[in-house]
Amino acid sequence: MMSKDNYQELSLEELLQNYSYAADFFTAMLLPLQPINLTLKEYFNMLESELLEDLGMDRNELAERFELFMAHMQEVQKAAPFAVNNITIVGGRDKNGLAENITLNMKTGEIICIVGPTGSGKSRLLADIEWMAQGDTPTGRKILINGQIPPREWRFSLEHKLVAQLSQNMNFVVDMTAYEFVKMHAESRMSSSPELKARFIVEQANLLAGEEFFTDTPVTALSGGQSRALMIADTAFLSTSPIVLIDEIENAGIDRQRALKLLIKEEKIVLIATHDPILALMGHKRIVIKNGGINNIINGSIKEQANLSDLERIDRKMLGLRNMIRRGERIDFNVQSYFQE
Amino acid sequence: MKVVTVSGPPSSGKTAVILKAAQALRDDGLKIGVVKLDCLATHDDVAYEKAGMEVKVGLSGNLCPDHFFISNIEECVEWGQRKNLDFLISESAGLCNRCSPHIKGVKAVCVIDNLMGINTPQKIGPMLKLADIVVISKGDIVSQAEREVFAFKVRQVNPKGLIFHINGITGQGAYELSRLFMETPELVSLNGKQLRFSMPAALCSYCLGERRIGKDFQMGNVRKIHFV
Repeated sequence: MMSKDNYQELSLEELLQNYSYAADFFTAMLLPLQPINLTLKEYFNMLESELLEDLGMDRNELAERFELFMAHMQEVQKAAPFAVNNITIVGGRDKNGLAENITLNMKTGEIICIVGPTGSGKSRLLADIEWMAQGDTPTGRKILINGQIPPREWRFSLEHKLVAQLSQNMNFVVDMTAYEFVKMHAESRMSSSPELKARFIVEQANLLAGEEFFTDTPVTALSGGQSRALMIADTAFLSTSPIVLIDEIENAGIDRQRALKLLIKEEKIVLIATHDPILALMGHKRIVIKNGGINNIINGSIKEQANLSDLERIDRKMLGLRNMIRRGERIDFNVQSYFQE
Repeated sequence: MKVVTVSGPPSSGKTAVILKAAQALRDDGLKIGVVKLDCLATHDDVAYEKAGMEVKVGLSGNLCPDHFFISNIEECVEWGQRKNLDFLISESAGLCNRCSPHIKGVKAVCVIDNLMGINTPQKIGPMLKLADIVVISKGDIVSQAEREVFAFKVRQVNPKGLIFHINGITGQGAYELSRLFMETPELVSLNGKQLRFSMPAALCSYCLGERRIGKDFQMGNVRKIHFV
């Protein structure tokens, strides 16, 4: 993993010209980037011991960390996109030691719902996936990626995180505008044109949000629906995680169907933890969790699909009512016939 | 006995993380003890006791809590050995964000949370930068994007450590952390072991109880802000 590049003999100036991201190391370590004509080796040697003491590191350690930093940044830049086509859950056992007897294969572009009461074992299932369990967790489950046992070091690699999560309880907390923040996220992905990416993502988010927001809207000022929309668009285009877990998402202020389509188009595996009938029926499959184990896998049926379109019609009617309230109108007409129209 | 030191800024979720990870160790039939080091007061001992762990509290009072820690850690280890613990976890708050007594050869964990803001990792010193394992908590309340940027910033300041997300409420990730704890070698004695870095140099007149303000009263290790 250690890079072969020899930085030691480069001057700081050359270093920054060739590897602009190297500057982040100095910022992160609170080190001044000067004198710029010194080679890196000379620079580390001339650092005052007082400075090193503040850092709590000696020269060798600092130099070693610089190498690791550069190797890591290059790994991110290669962005060898985490190419996942399918993920397999090989069943283990539930809390009573009962075998699950299942092998569940999840392909990119699939929507899979997870149902079951609180405390039934949804978190454990997700933890198994995130940890890429190999029979070494309490459930004994195994996770395969593209049919293979993943390398162990992926467990600790930020570039190989399997699951991106999105839930109703999540909020933006940074003091930045939508554009600034998404741009920063794109930069952390070493995107070649973070500015364009940020504009594009805000645009895409607006296609999902009920009410428009702008590039200069602070993320903390976004409504619930707008936040959800931005989170989904950002995850679709900037997260490297192949799985997106959506934990119970309300239908207010965001076009859920469109959001799911966007994630599927970007080759994500979408997991939805929900008891909302519409979301649940949108899934290709439903995993039923009970007593810490996968109790059943329900495949979507024609009957359920037919019911889904009825439910969606009712949902659109509810949305219509919601919009009337928003516009300051009255709901004093015959609601029963409104729903039958 | 295995020993792990856990540190992190106040309210970052250290206790919740330890409780959840310790539970997984207890499920394996191990006997766990915690030494909780704080400044003025703590209530976490109650939570640890309730969870069935041995617990010892040390309050540093008007001493620097990190100096206090390192002056007491040997006795803490001896206490753990007397109690026949399989695992001793120390919990201490890195109050000045610079240090925390990471010991060479003893697994060091730093707990920080997603709410601290994306520039915080830079501002935390060796406590974070030299930790073997960085646990990031409170991921359940911020956006995925912020989690990713925050973890990236942590990676930038600590290119060597393992970075872990743990949900202190559901415990997601804590079992996995406990497996890493298990990989720690047995510690026989702290005799001859060293700190990974020096404690902050702080021996000035104010350390010794001076209260008067002014140049005439400043002696010892004094550093001044540069004004242009």
